[in-house]
Amino acid sequence: MKRMTRRQVLDLYFLDARHKLIEIAAFLDRVGRASGREDFRARAFRRALRELNGRGNDRARRVLLAFSDLTTEPIPKATATGACGAAGGGG
Amino acid sequence: MEYIEPHAHMVSRVTDDYERLALAGCVAVCEPAFWAGFDRGGPEGFHDYFRQLTEHEPKRAARFGLRHFCWLCLNPKEAEDLTLAAEVLALIPQFLERPNVLGIGEIGLNKNSRNELRVLEMHVDLAARHNQLILVHTPHLEDKLKGTRLILDVLKNDRRIRPERVIIDHVEEHTVKLVLDRGHWAGMTLYPETKCSPARAIDILETFGTERLWLNSACDWGVSDPLAVPKAALEMRRRGHRLADIERVLYHNPRRFLSQCPKFRLSAP
Repeated sequence: MKRMTRRQVLDLYFLDARHKLIEIAAFLDRVGRASGREDFRARAFRRALRELNGRGNDRARRVLLAFSDLTTEPIPKATATGACGAAGGGG
Repeated sequence: MEYIEPHAHMVSRVTDDYERLALAGCVAVCEPAFWAGFDRGGPEGFHDYFRQLTEHEPKRAARFGLRHFCWLCLNPKEAEDLTLAAEVLALIPQFLERPNVLGIGEIGLNKNSRNELRVLEMHVDLAARHNQLILVHTPHLEDKLKGTRLILDVLKNDRRIRPERVIIDHVEEHTVKLVLDRGHWAGMTLYPETKCSPARAIDILETFGTERLWLNSACDWGVSDPLAVPKAALEMRRRGHRLADIERVLYHNPRRFLSQCPKFRLSAP
């Protein structure tokens, strides 16, 4: 499949990506201003953020890995049906 | 442009959605069995559900000229109860010969538990014994990578299963290569908040090619969009992709995979 030029990508997606980046910045500010302790989700989020500055064009994959359960054995029993988006919550 | 919606839970949608699908160019909708949002009370609930999928929904779809097909199973979210699972699996063979049943699905894992894995193996065995296509659900969010690996191992360990007769759904950037490298088909689900956005799905197509990939909306009772697939087609047009490439992903690919079941016909019976 034909790929766009960098200029075309920026023309099509820059404003959208800028909007989402500011939303992330505002989210981090909101978490920072809030009271109480952070949990595993915030830690996973910061791990994932570090992937954005990495080299290579597989940042989306690496961000997904940062949120993933990297264990390999099945859990003894499913105690909840839902997922929360970050590994480490004991669900 | 005509397209196929290969994964939609129409029992959760209003009749107007069938009309919207038809207006957007959809010619066939395929409905895997899934979780109702709550645990069903017993096997009788599944029997009624399988009747709904094989008798009622095809009639609702036909009002708008749409073909309706379905897949049957017990969803992994209800797989902790092995007794219930065995009872529901025993119901399925009586429905397999019905004219709109394509195979076993969407089976798979949810929280990657031992019982879920056992019920997945039971479903794979059922599909192999009845020579059925398989549609696999991969877990959500943080559980997807681990679940995908476990699922791939179950499929690999059953030598009766031919990889090209299995579609593994809800792949994302961290799982798509695992699935394609094993020779399976891969589905990308377009959701507003989780799974793939149209832009990311097209990135994946541009990176991995269009050979064994399809797009679906997986619209259900949650936040989802029945028109997600034609909207992704529009996004492909915005990127300058050829109409032939768009048609390949949205129409020819699902048709190619699903036609491995001889009951999949786009013309009226």
